[in-house]
This record gives sequence, C-alpha cells and structure tokens, in this order.
Amino acid sequence: MSAEAIRPFDEARGAVPTVAAVGSGRRSWLFGGIAQTLLILWTLMVVFPFLWMIVSAFKSNPEIVFSPWQLPDTLQWGNFERAWTEAGIGRFAVNTLIVLAGSLTGTLVISAMAAYVLARFEFPGRQFIFYLFLAGTMFPVFLALVPLVFLVQDLRLFNTYQGLMLVYIAYSLPFTIFFLTGFMKTLPNEVGEAAVMDGAGPYRVFFDVMLPMAKPGIIAMGIFNFLGQWNQFLLPLVLMPNPDRHLLSQGLAALAIQQGYQNDYGALFAAMTITMVPTLVVYIIFQRRLEAGLTAGALKG
Amino acid sequence: MHYQKYRLIVPFLLPALALYGVFVLYPYAQAMYLSLTGWRGLSANKPWVGLDNYQRLIEDERFREALTRNAQLLVVLPILTIAIALTFAALFTQGGQAIKGAGFYRIVFFFPQVISAVIVGMLWSYVYNPNIGLLNGVLDGVGLDALQQSWLSDRSLVLWAIVAVAIWSSVGFYMVIYLAAMQSIPTSFYEAATLDGASRWTSFRDITFPLIWETIRTTAVYLGIFALDFFVLVQVMAGGSTTTIARRAEVAALYLYNEAFDDNRWGYASAIGVALLVLTLLLSIVFLRLAKRETYEY
Repeated sequence: MSAEAIRPFDEARGAVPTVAAVGSGRRSWLFGGIAQTLLILWTLMVVFPFLWMIVSAFKSNPEIVFSPWQLPDTLQWGNFERAWTEAGIGRFAVNTLIVLAGSLTGTLVISAMAAYVLARFEFPGRQFIFYLFLAGTMFPVFLALVPLVFLVQDLRLFNTYQGLMLVYIAYSLPFTIFFLTGFMKTLPNEVGEAAVMDGAGPYRVFFDVMLPMAKPGIIAMGIFNFLGQWNQFLLPLVLMPNPDRHLLSQGLAALAIQQGYQNDYGALFAAMTITMVPTLVVYIIFQRRLEAGLTAGALKG
Repeated sequence: MHYQKYRLIVPFLLPALALYGVFVLYPYAQAMYLSLTGWRGLSANKPWVGLDNYQRLIEDERFREALTRNAQLLVVLPILTIAIALTFAALFTQGGQAIKGAGFYRIVFFFPQVISAVIVGMLWSYVYNPNIGLLNGVLDGVGLDALQQSWLSDRSLVLWAIVAVAIWSSVGFYMVIYLAAMQSIPTSFYEAATLDGASRWTSFRDITFPLIWETIRTTAVYLGIFALDFFVLVQVMAGGSTTTIARRAEVAALYLYNEAFDDNRWGYASAIGVALLVLTLLLSIVFLRLAKRETYEY
C-alpha cells in the first residue's frame, strides 16, 4: 500500500480520464446538463438540513414552530447561552477535549512506535502481530461492549477520563497501525542507514529520522482519529454514565430525550451546531489529507 | 546487533499489544464465555447454562424479527448506496474534463460522513418531525402534500425512513472511494475506446466497471457489515422510547443493547453478540467468494 497511489482526486493533475470526443457536441452538452442537475440536487439535499439546523439555532421557539421557512427576526444568541450553560454543552465540550488530548496523543505515539517496528524490522511473529491488529479493524465495537463495561469497572476506571482514554486508544490502534505501517514502508531507508553509520542508536533513528519523515502520514491519522473520537458515541454511553462526565455526542443524545429540552428547540439546535462546527472546520481545512487516509483502507482492504 | 534490535522492538510493540490485548481481544473472548452463562450482572455468580442461550435465540420471535430487518437492510443498503455513489463518481470522471465544480461537490457530498451519527440522527428526527419538520414542508411547497407523513411514527415507514438517512450519509464517502479507484485507470484506455467509437455508457460498462470491480466488492462487504451491525441511527431516531412503533425498527444490535443495558440479561445479550459476529464473518466470506470474478491486472 503506498500513500502515493491513493492520493485523493486532484484537479490540478488533470487526473480525470478525458472522453471529450465522445458523441456529438450536443450530446456532451446534454450530458453535462443532466450531470449538473443531479449533482446540484444532491448538494441541496446534503446542505439544506444543516443550513436549516444552523438557522433554527438562531430563532426563537415560536419562530421555529410557526414559521419554519423564515429567517429569524433577531438573532437569538440566548439559545447558544442556554445550550452552553444550562444544557451543559460547555461541560461536555471540556470533557471531550480532556479525553481527546490524552487519547489522540496516546493513539499517535503508540501506533507510530508499533508501526515503525512492524514496517522496518524482521523478527519472528511480525506477520502474525500485523494481522492480529488488522483483525481488529473488522469487528464492530458493540460486540465487546458487555464484557468491556465490567472489565473497566474491575480496573476501577469506570466513569474516569483515564479509562475512556485507554479504551479510545485501544480501539483506534488497529486502523492507525495498519495505515502507518504501510506508510512507513514507502519511506526511503537510506537516511536511517546513514544515521546508523554515524553512530546513532535505534531510538535516535526513530525520533530524529523516522518521525519527521512520517509526518504526513501521522497528521492524516491525527485528523482521522480526531473525527472518529470526537464523534464516538457508544463507548462513552456505556463507560461514562455519570452526567457530569458526559462527552458531546453522548450528552446531546441525552438532552434530546430529556423532558426539559424537548420543547426548547432553539437550545437543542444550538447545541447540535456547537458540536458539529469543529468537525466541519477540521474537515474543510484538512480535506485532502483526510480523504487519503479514509479511502486507503477501503481501497486496499 | 541482535541484542540491540530487540531492545527496540520489545518496548516499541509492548504498549500497543498490551492495550489491544486487554481492551479489545480480551472482551471479545470474554463475550464468548459469557454467552454460555445465564449471568444477570447482579452478583458475581455466573451460572453455566451451556448452549441454552443459543437454543433460546433460535426460538426467540423478537430476535428473528430483528434479524429479518437486518436482512432487509443487507439487500437495500448496499445496492442503493453503491448505485448512487457510482452514478455520481461516473458523472465526475466521464463528463469530458473534470465536471465544473467537481471540487466543491466533492467536499459537500462528504460532509455527512464527518459529522457524528448522533447529530445526523437527531437532525433527521427533526426533518421528519410532522409539526416543525422540513420534509413535510418541502412536500407541501411542491404540491405533493398528499405524500406528507408522520415518518418516524408510522409502523411501516419508520425503518425505511432511518435507512434513507443511512444512505444519505454514506453516499459521499463511497463516491470518494470510487473516484480514487477510477483515477488509477490509465487514460489511454478511454482514448482507445473513444477511437473505436464507444459511447460514454459502453466505456463505463466495459472499462471502468470491470477495472474497479475489486473496489466495489470491498465496499459491498463494508456496507454489508454496516447493515448487519446497524445501530446508532436506530438508537437515536427510534430507540429512545420503547413504544410499539420503535419496536418496528428494532434491529439485532439494538435488541442486544436493550437486553444488556435495560434488562440486565448479560449472558443472553452476549449470545446475541456472538451470533452477530459469526454472521458478520460468514457474510464477508460468502460475499468475497460469490463476487469473485476475473480481476484484471493493468
């Protein structure tokens, strides 16, 4: 698997097969028209619900119920205030950031170390360990949920940040190691060998040579895991039942069910907007790197 | 030298192996064991019941109904998602040069994939809402008010309303995968076909489709697993209440969740989990075998 071969679609490279000569000019024009219509329709289907949600987050409750198609008379920033404080989105956001700070760092460091060894060293059992991790990408989390809850309780990690960090790391390892191993295999060997010649120890080679070279791959996995862990729902749902420790997705779902918020649509839409915006921003900034990472597994799977 | 090599290998692999072993492999193994007990979670006592849970599973009407829903998803979800995603991918890559706005469409179509399934589920619950929802509003606006429904509280519609959301959120992701696969097809193939007078459709059928078949097959397995393990959207959109209507959307994974976390039947829930795991593995194998056809090296 090479990172080069799976670089995402790149207009600048003109990578699209050219079939300009197909059919007559009029048929091409007709095809283009139909294509554009379909694509615009789907764009509307995707964008409209999100826009509606964001606009509704600025409306008063009567406006949401009685004039769903109008823009708000005045921007109701109070919705965001209620969502952030009363509904607890602020607290959930802090909890999410705490857990992610630990789990993302842990995921990347531990995966990079394991991937380096799996990509660059020959030793008995190397293949077996690689496939053992690969197997973990196949099974969905909820099959292990029941025993996981009791294991985490037995380890006295239930309702703790550390517990959730460790579990997040463990479930992020398979794909991250799989991806980084492939990535590191494509990197040139010579620089490391030269460093060894100069008397650098294996640790120095890893930190001073390998990590800087593997940075693009590590960043791709950082974004990929940020989105996955930020959106994680099942694990906190069963491992963090304490409402003070809720994470964002989990807290949102709980809010939607709570009586008090069922009629405060404005605050709910605001809460959803607050939770959604960071992932959209990260996605738009890092779009290309992320797509490379996401599609890599599927293409070579 | 050897000594030095292992001084790196062992400490570098150990943290990953330890975490993976404790929090991933061990729980899966433990689930197999628990499925053979009648554990209710209240005491440390885990009475051994052998295969009783599995016996019950076979006779369990509710499980069979749940599994039937998964089977329906297994057909509908992959076929529709692949068909729509492939169509869009083909529109992108076969319309002469890159179609106008390709970069923009690509980013937008992918949006639902980066947003939490919980938000997607909640958002669509409101879109479907008969009072404040967008969908009935749109239908009214275009004169199709006869089609207005209370989507999520209609017994026969609820599951399909949720499946539509799953397709809506997956299409962009699979489109990007197909685009990446199509990109690796040499342009000379299309040029040759064009010289032979092949139409856009024949080039797609005879060049693109066979050459990305491997990728389509892989994505079909992914979507099949998604259909078998379908959970979060149903949990968010219909799982909150245990009304008879919500029951109409209960898929196997949700049944597992309800048995375990609402009714404390941990042993039985584990048996459902193991059954699903076995079905998932079988599905992958069968699918990869069935869909085997000549692959082309180029």
